[in-house]
Amino acid sequence: MEIILVQWILLVFMVVGAIIAVEIKDLLSAVIAAGVVGFSLTVVFLLLQAPDVAIVQAGVEVITLIMLVAALAKTTREGIPTPWMSTGILLGLVFLLLFLGTFATGLTDLPPFGNPAINVTNYYFQHGVQDTGAINLVAAIILDYRGYDTLGEAIVLFTSALGVAAVLRGFKSKKGGKEE
Amino acid sequence: MKGMSLIVRTISRLIVAPILLFGIYIVLHGHLTPGGGFPGGVIIAAGIALLILSYGLKATTKKINYDTTKVLDSFGAFLFVAIASGAIALGYFFAPYLGLIAMGTPAQWFSAGGIPYYNIAIGIKVAGALAAMFIGLVIVIMMGEEE
Repeated sequence: MEIILVQWILLVFMVVGAIIAVEIKDLLSAVIAAGVVGFSLTVVFLLLQAPDVAIVQAGVEVITLIMLVAALAKTTREGIPTPWMSTGILLGLVFLLLFLGTFATGLTDLPPFGNPAINVTNYYFQHGVQDTGAINLVAAIILDYRGYDTLGEAIVLFTSALGVAAVLRGFKSKKGGKEE
Repeated sequence: MKGMSLIVRTISRLIVAPILLFGIYIVLHGHLTPGGGFPGGVIIAAGIALLILSYGLKATTKKINYDTTKVLDSFGAFLFVAIASGAIALGYFFAPYLGLIAMGTPAQWFSAGGIPYYNIAIGIKVAGALAAMFIGLVIVIMMGEEE
Protein backbone atom coordinates (compact mmCIF):
# COMPACT_ATOMS: atom_id res chain seq x y z
CA MET A 1 0.00 0.00 0.00
CA GLU A 2 2.82 2.37 0.87
CA ILE A 3 4.62 1.60 -2.39
CA ILE A 4 1.49 2.47 -4.37
CA LEU A 5 1.25 5.77 -2.48
CA VAL A 6 4.89 6.57 -3.30
CA GLN A 7 4.21 5.77 -6.94
CA TRP A 8 1.23 8.13 -7.03
CA ILE A 9 3.35 10.91 -5.49
CA LEU A 10 6.08 10.28 -8.07
CA LEU A 11 3.56 10.25 -10.91
CA VAL A 12 2.14 13.63 -9.83
CA PHE A 13 5.72 14.90 -9.49
CA MET A 14 6.47 13.75 -13.05
CA VAL A 15 3.36 15.39 -14.53
CA VAL A 16 4.15 18.66 -12.76
CA GLY A 17 7.78 18.46 -13.92
CA ALA A 18 6.72 17.82 -17.52
CA ILE A 19 4.34 20.80 -17.51
CA ILE A 20 7.06 23.04 -16.02
CA ALA A 21 9.59 21.79 -18.62
CA VAL A 22 7.26 22.80 -21.44
CA GLU A 23 5.99 26.08 -20.04
CA ILE A 24 8.96 27.74 -18.32
CA LYS A 25 10.84 30.54 -20.13
CA ASP A 26 14.35 29.75 -18.82
CA LEU A 27 15.69 26.78 -20.81
CA LEU A 28 18.11 25.60 -18.10
CA SER A 29 15.21 25.27 -15.67
CA ALA A 30 13.32 23.39 -18.39
CA VAL A 31 16.21 20.91 -18.73
CA ILE A 32 16.31 20.40 -14.94
CA ALA A 33 12.54 19.85 -14.88
CA ALA A 34 12.95 17.25 -17.66
CA GLY A 35 15.61 15.62 -15.49
CA VAL A 36 13.11 15.47 -12.60
CA VAL A 37 10.74 13.55 -14.88
CA GLY A 38 13.48 11.13 -15.94
CA PHE A 39 14.84 10.36 -12.48
CA SER A 40 11.34 10.00 -11.01
CA LEU A 41 10.69 7.50 -13.78
CA THR A 42 13.85 5.64 -12.68
CA VAL A 43 12.47 5.30 -9.14
CA VAL A 44 9.08 4.20 -10.50
CA PHE A 45 10.77 1.46 -12.55
CA LEU A 46 12.66 0.37 -9.44
CA LEU A 47 9.45 0.24 -7.38
CA LEU A 48 7.76 -1.77 -10.15
CA GLN A 49 10.64 -4.28 -9.70
CA ALA A 50 12.27 -3.66 -13.06
CA PRO A 51 15.88 -2.96 -12.03
CA ASP A 52 17.23 -3.65 -15.55
CA VAL A 53 15.13 -0.87 -17.05
CA ALA A 54 15.88 1.42 -14.10
CA ILE A 55 19.65 1.11 -14.67
CA VAL A 56 19.24 1.93 -18.37
CA GLN A 57 16.94 4.86 -17.61
CA ALA A 58 19.35 6.33 -15.04
CA GLY A 59 22.37 6.03 -17.32
CA VAL A 60 20.67 7.42 -20.42
CA GLU A 61 19.11 10.25 -18.38
CA VAL A 62 22.53 11.35 -17.10
CA ILE A 63 24.06 11.41 -20.60
CA THR A 64 21.03 13.22 -22.06
CA LEU A 65 21.14 15.88 -19.35
CA ILE A 66 24.88 16.43 -19.86
CA MET A 67 24.34 16.87 -23.60
CA LEU A 68 21.40 19.26 -23.11
CA VAL A 69 23.29 21.39 -20.56
CA ALA A 70 26.37 21.45 -22.84
CA ALA A 71 24.17 22.59 -25.72
CA LEU A 72 22.65 25.32 -23.51
CA ALA A 73 26.10 26.51 -22.42
CA LYS A 74 26.98 27.19 -26.05
CA THR A 75 23.66 28.75 -27.10
CA THR A 76 21.15 30.83 -25.17
CA ARG A 77 19.10 30.19 -22.06
CA GLU A 78 16.10 32.11 -23.36
CA GLY A 79 13.40 30.04 -24.99
CA ILE A 80 11.34 31.17 -27.96
CA PRO A 81 8.00 32.53 -26.64
CA THR A 82 5.09 30.49 -27.94
CA PRO A 83 1.46 31.62 -28.10
CA TRP A 84 -0.71 29.70 -25.67
CA MET A 85 -3.22 28.78 -28.38
CA SER A 86 -2.73 28.22 -32.09
CA THR A 87 -4.17 26.08 -34.89
CA GLY A 88 -1.56 23.39 -34.25
CA ILE A 89 -2.29 23.18 -30.53
CA LEU A 90 -6.04 23.10 -31.26
CA LEU A 91 -5.59 20.26 -33.75
CA GLY A 92 -3.43 18.45 -31.22
CA LEU A 93 -6.13 18.77 -28.57
CA VAL A 94 -8.79 17.46 -30.97
CA PHE A 95 -6.62 14.45 -31.80
CA LEU A 96 -5.90 13.89 -28.10
CA LEU A 97 -9.64 13.80 -27.33
CA LEU A 98 -10.29 11.42 -30.24
CA PHE A 99 -7.43 9.20 -29.10
CA LEU A 100 -8.60 9.16 -25.48
CA GLY A 101 -12.16 8.36 -26.64
CA THR A 102 -11.06 5.31 -28.62
CA PHE A 103 -8.52 4.35 -25.96
CA ALA A 104 -11.15 4.38 -23.20
CA THR A 105 -13.33 1.88 -25.08
CA GLY A 106 -10.36 -0.38 -25.72
CA LEU A 107 -9.07 -0.07 -22.17
CA THR A 108 -12.05 -1.90 -20.69
CA ASP A 109 -11.07 -5.09 -22.51
CA LEU A 110 -7.52 -5.14 -21.11
CA PRO A 111 -6.70 -7.29 -18.08
CA PRO A 112 -6.23 -5.36 -14.81
CA PHE A 113 -2.86 -3.89 -13.80
CA GLY A 114 -0.40 -6.60 -12.83
CA ASN A 115 -2.02 -9.36 -14.88
CA PRO A 116 -0.08 -9.69 -18.10
CA ALA A 117 -2.00 -9.60 -21.36
CA ILE A 118 0.57 -11.88 -23.01
CA ASN A 119 0.55 -15.40 -21.62
CA VAL A 120 3.95 -16.29 -23.07
CA THR A 121 5.53 -14.79 -19.93
CA ASN A 122 4.40 -17.86 -18.02
CA TYR A 123 6.41 -20.00 -20.41
CA TYR A 124 9.45 -17.79 -19.87
CA PHE A 125 9.10 -18.07 -16.08
CA GLN A 126 8.76 -21.84 -16.13
CA HIS A 127 11.21 -22.82 -18.88
CA GLY A 128 13.59 -19.85 -19.12
CA VAL A 129 16.34 -21.26 -16.92
CA GLN A 130 16.31 -24.74 -18.54
CA ASP A 131 16.19 -23.30 -22.06
CA THR A 132 18.92 -20.68 -21.77
CA GLY A 133 20.74 -21.26 -18.47
CA ALA A 134 20.59 -17.56 -17.58
CA ILE A 135 19.17 -16.81 -14.14
CA ASN A 136 18.50 -13.19 -15.17
CA LEU A 137 15.34 -13.76 -17.20
CA VAL A 138 15.54 -10.31 -18.79
CA ALA A 139 18.89 -11.23 -20.33
CA ALA A 140 17.45 -14.57 -21.44
CA ILE A 141 14.54 -12.84 -23.18
CA ILE A 142 16.37 -9.97 -24.86
CA LEU A 143 19.34 -12.04 -26.03
CA ASP A 144 17.77 -15.41 -26.73
CA TYR A 145 14.00 -15.50 -27.22
CA ARG A 146 13.89 -11.98 -28.66
CA GLY A 147 17.39 -11.81 -30.12
CA TYR A 148 16.24 -10.15 -33.33
CA ASP A 149 14.73 -7.23 -31.37
CA THR A 150 18.09 -6.62 -29.71
CA LEU A 151 19.78 -6.78 -33.11
CA GLY A 152 17.38 -4.11 -34.39
CA GLU A 153 18.03 -1.98 -31.30
CA ALA A 154 21.79 -2.25 -31.83
CA ILE A 155 21.32 -1.22 -35.47
CA VAL A 156 19.30 1.85 -34.39
CA LEU A 157 22.15 2.98 -32.13
CA PHE A 158 24.70 2.19 -34.85
CA THR A 159 22.73 4.32 -37.32
CA SER A 160 22.56 7.28 -34.94
CA ALA A 161 26.33 7.12 -34.34
CA LEU A 162 26.70 6.95 -38.13
CA GLY A 163 24.54 10.08 -38.43
CA VAL A 164 26.76 11.99 -36.00
CA ALA A 165 29.83 10.79 -37.94
CA ALA A 166 28.27 11.94 -41.23
CA VAL A 167 27.50 15.41 -39.82
CA LEU A 168 31.00 15.66 -38.34
CA ARG A 169 32.59 14.66 -41.64
CA GLY A 170 31.07 17.76 -43.25
CA PHE A 171 32.58 19.91 -40.47
CA LYS A 172 35.99 18.32 -40.90
CA SER A 173 36.17 18.68 -44.69
CA LYS A 174 35.07 22.30 -44.40
CA LYS A 175 37.98 22.99 -42.08
CA GLY A 176 40.28 20.99 -44.30
CA GLY A 177 42.23 19.36 -41.50
CA LYS A 178 41.75 16.68 -38.89
CA GLU A 179 40.71 17.85 -35.46
CA GLU A 180 42.66 16.40 -32.59
CA MET B 1 36.11 22.43 -24.00
CA LYS B 2 38.88 23.52 -21.69
CA GLY B 3 38.22 21.33 -18.67
CA MET B 4 37.30 22.35 -15.16
CA SER B 5 38.92 23.35 -11.87
CA LEU B 6 41.45 21.39 -9.82
CA ILE B 7 38.77 20.13 -7.42
CA VAL B 8 36.67 18.66 -10.23
CA ARG B 9 39.77 17.14 -11.84
CA THR B 10 40.93 15.46 -8.64
CA ILE B 11 37.52 14.02 -7.80
CA SER B 12 36.94 12.78 -11.33
CA ARG B 13 40.42 11.23 -11.43
CA LEU B 14 39.48 9.28 -8.30
CA ILE B 15 36.07 8.09 -9.45
CA VAL B 16 36.50 7.48 -13.20
CA ALA B 17 38.24 4.13 -12.66
CA PRO B 18 35.48 2.77 -10.34
CA ILE B 19 32.84 4.00 -12.82
CA LEU B 20 34.50 2.15 -15.71
CA LEU B 21 35.00 -0.93 -13.52
CA PHE B 22 31.34 -0.86 -12.49
CA GLY B 23 30.31 -0.60 -16.15
CA ILE B 24 32.44 -3.62 -17.04
CA TYR B 25 30.99 -5.53 -14.07
CA ILE B 26 27.45 -4.75 -15.25
CA VAL B 27 28.32 -5.96 -18.76
CA LEU B 28 29.99 -9.17 -17.62
CA HIS B 29 27.26 -10.14 -15.13
CA GLY B 30 24.33 -9.35 -17.43
CA HIS B 31 23.09 -12.94 -17.36
CA LEU B 32 23.29 -13.20 -13.55
CA THR B 33 22.22 -9.84 -12.10
CA PRO B 34 20.15 -6.91 -13.41
CA GLY B 35 21.95 -5.08 -16.15
CA GLY B 36 23.56 -6.32 -19.31
CA GLY B 37 25.30 -4.95 -22.35
CA PHE B 38 23.27 -1.81 -22.89
CA PRO B 39 23.30 -0.36 -19.32
CA GLY B 40 26.95 -1.30 -18.84
CA GLY B 41 27.91 0.37 -22.10
CA VAL B 42 25.98 3.49 -21.12
CA ILE B 43 27.85 3.62 -17.77
CA ILE B 44 31.24 3.23 -19.51
CA ALA B 45 30.32 6.01 -21.97
CA ALA B 46 29.26 8.21 -19.04
CA GLY B 47 32.68 7.66 -17.44
CA ILE B 48 34.36 8.78 -20.68
CA ALA B 49 32.04 11.81 -20.83
CA LEU B 50 33.09 12.70 -17.26
CA LEU B 51 36.76 12.55 -18.31
CA ILE B 52 36.11 14.84 -21.28
CA LEU B 53 34.12 17.34 -19.22
CA SER B 54 36.66 17.56 -16.39
CA TYR B 55 39.96 17.31 -18.30
CA GLY B 56 38.99 18.71 -21.70
CA LEU B 57 39.03 16.96 -25.04
CA LYS B 58 42.75 17.46 -25.74
CA ALA B 59 43.89 15.58 -22.63
CA THR B 60 41.29 12.84 -23.14
CA THR B 61 42.31 12.32 -26.77
CA LYS B 62 45.59 10.82 -25.57
CA LYS B 63 43.63 8.01 -23.91
CA ILE B 64 40.70 7.56 -26.28
CA ASN B 65 39.88 9.48 -29.45
CA TYR B 66 37.07 9.73 -31.96
CA ASP B 67 38.46 7.15 -34.36
CA THR B 68 38.96 4.59 -31.56
CA THR B 69 35.35 4.94 -30.46
CA LYS B 70 34.14 4.56 -34.03
CA VAL B 71 36.20 1.38 -34.40
CA LEU B 72 34.81 0.06 -31.07
CA ASP B 73 31.26 0.78 -32.25
CA SER B 74 31.71 -1.05 -35.54
CA PHE B 75 33.64 -3.90 -33.90
CA GLY B 76 30.90 -4.48 -31.30
CA ALA B 77 28.20 -4.53 -33.96
CA PHE B 78 30.27 -6.93 -36.06
CA LEU B 79 30.91 -9.21 -33.08
CA PHE B 80 27.20 -9.37 -32.22
CA VAL B 81 26.17 -10.25 -35.78
CA ALA B 82 29.06 -12.70 -36.09
CA ILE B 83 28.08 -14.64 -32.96
CA ALA B 84 24.42 -14.63 -34.01
CA SER B 85 25.28 -15.79 -37.53
CA GLY B 86 27.45 -18.54 -36.09
CA ALA B 87 24.54 -19.72 -33.95
CA ILE B 88 22.19 -19.72 -36.94
CA ALA B 89 24.75 -21.57 -39.07
CA LEU B 90 24.94 -24.27 -36.40
CA GLY B 91 21.15 -24.57 -36.40
CA TYR B 92 20.17 -22.53 -33.35
CA PHE B 93 18.20 -19.31 -33.17
CA PHE B 94 20.44 -16.88 -31.27
CA ALA B 95 20.80 -19.91 -29.17
CA PRO B 96 23.19 -20.91 -26.45
CA TYR B 97 25.46 -22.91 -28.79
CA LEU B 98 24.59 -26.25 -27.28
CA GLY B 99 27.57 -28.49 -27.57
CA LEU B 100 30.00 -25.80 -28.70
CA ILE B 101 29.84 -23.66 -25.55
CA ALA B 102 28.66 -25.69 -22.59
CA MET B 103 25.43 -24.55 -20.95
CA GLY B 104 27.10 -24.70 -17.55
CA THR B 105 25.40 -24.61 -14.17
CA PRO B 106 22.90 -21.77 -13.77
CA ALA B 107 24.17 -18.97 -11.49
CA GLN B 108 27.81 -19.69 -12.36
CA TRP B 109 29.55 -17.16 -14.60
CA PHE B 110 30.22 -19.80 -17.26
CA SER B 111 26.56 -20.50 -17.89
CA ALA B 112 23.81 -19.45 -20.25
CA GLY B 113 25.76 -20.46 -23.35
CA GLY B 114 26.17 -17.51 -25.70
CA ILE B 115 24.38 -14.84 -23.66
CA PRO B 116 27.48 -13.47 -21.83
CA TYR B 117 29.27 -13.14 -25.17
CA TYR B 118 26.33 -11.28 -26.71
CA ASN B 119 26.39 -9.00 -23.67
CA ILE B 120 30.10 -8.29 -24.14
CA ALA B 121 29.56 -7.49 -27.83
CA ILE B 122 26.66 -5.15 -27.07
CA GLY B 123 28.61 -3.52 -24.23
CA ILE B 124 31.53 -2.70 -26.56
CA LYS B 125 29.09 -1.47 -29.20
CA VAL B 126 27.02 0.79 -26.93
CA ALA B 127 30.04 2.26 -25.12
CA GLY B 128 31.71 3.00 -28.46
CA ALA B 129 28.59 4.48 -30.06
CA LEU B 130 27.66 6.78 -27.15
CA ALA B 131 31.27 7.89 -26.61
CA ALA B 132 31.63 8.57 -30.35
CA MET B 133 28.45 10.67 -30.33
CA PHE B 134 29.61 12.62 -27.27
CA ILE B 135 33.12 13.25 -28.62
CA GLY B 136 31.60 14.24 -31.97
CA LEU B 137 29.33 16.81 -30.35
CA VAL B 138 32.25 18.18 -28.29
CA ILE B 139 34.33 18.55 -31.48
CA VAL B 140 31.46 20.49 -33.10
CA ILE B 141 31.24 22.75 -30.03
CA MET B 142 35.01 23.36 -30.10
CA MET B 143 34.85 24.34 -33.76
CA GLY B 144 32.20 26.90 -32.90
CA GLU B 145 34.58 28.32 -30.26
CA GLU B 146 37.45 28.67 -32.72
CA GLU B 147 35.47 30.57 -35.35
